[in-house]
Amino acid sequence: MTFINYASREINCKIVYYGPGLCGKTTNLQHIYDSTAPQAKGKLISLATETDRTLFFDFMPLELGTVRGFKTRFHLYTVPGQVYYDASRKLILKGVDGVVFVADSQEERMDANVESLYNLEDNLQSQGYDLNQLPYVLQLNKRDLPNVIPMHDLTHELQKKGEPVFEAVAKDGTGVFDTLKAVAKQVLTELRKT
Amino acid sequence: MSQSPFILQEQQFLKIRSVLERVRVECAARVVFLVDRDGQTIAFNGDIGDMDTTSFSSLAAGNVAATTSMARLIGENVFPAVVHEGENESIFISVIGRSLLVVVFDGRSTLGLVKLRAKRASFDIAAILDEMIRESQLIAASAKPAFADITDEDIDSLFS
Repeated sequence: MTFINYASREINCKIVYYGPGLCGKTTNLQHIYDSTAPQAKGKLISLATETDRTLFFDFMPLELGTVRGFKTRFHLYTVPGQVYYDASRKLILKGVDGVVFVADSQEERMDANVESLYNLEDNLQSQGYDLNQLPYVLQLNKRDLPNVIPMHDLTHELQKKGEPVFEAVAKDGTGVFDTLKAVAKQVLTELRKT
Repeated sequence: MSQSPFILQEQQFLKIRSVLERVRVECAARVVFLVDRDGQTIAFNGDIGDMDTTSFSSLAAGNVAATTSMARLIGENVFPAVVHEGENESIFISVIGRSLLVVVFDGRSTLGLVKLRAKRASFDIAAILDEMIRESQLIAASAKPAFADITDEDIDSLFS
């Protein structure tokens, strides 16, 4: 839920990166963190296991600038991708303003993508959201790997409602900011209506 | 469907901050926060030093979200308070509707005192938050949304 603070003149929005395990959600955040000026970001908090798999969530606040005298601050979260962390995923979707679905483009991860996408819809529904009504972007990650499914086929399989689709290689930053911009823009556009 | 924005007006912010100041003084606490359950800082009062308040609020909300889910697994609806006791600094979190009162205190105070004062303040905070929610809903229901005037150019300028 967007939080508008007239006292500090801030708009705070929550964006969640969703997707199957090891698809690159944390890598997206890490790239945004590494490429952003220190004054525009807070700490990157990672609640991870000893093997660096996200246990609860990763989090970073990001300031994008000022709209109509209000500072816009985006709270970026990732969810843990592994199937058995579903309780954590549900919690993190509470109060969400926009979602990025990070798909793993490798052929052998197609089933995991589809399962995670169903899981996203279910978990959104359980929090009272409808994916069709929510700012949403699809990112096709790991496009640099040799065994990837062609973009057209992957889009055909995973696109839900004509949302923007971006090819990405999160580890070198390709497509990371395009994805973020697309979802942030949708979230701010939504503010005009609500 | 995305939910209506949660809108905090300046007057409500000042009221909240004054309650937080009272709690901080009465508890001899270092700093007192009011945090939305989604992890947004609503207001704080006290010495934050170089603390990253945004991350702190997000983690406090994550902490309560996790303990609330644990409560449900054992048949409780919610744990109304969560305490973390450290060697020097401790944290007391009290759940007030959809917000959290977070008190950071050290050896100058005691958990008993913090609990007592926080409970008293929770009624005042609940009343202010109810007013906030009512007004947010009124704004959302009005013909003109709070940011109806934002243009595409305004949004694009953030990314230029």
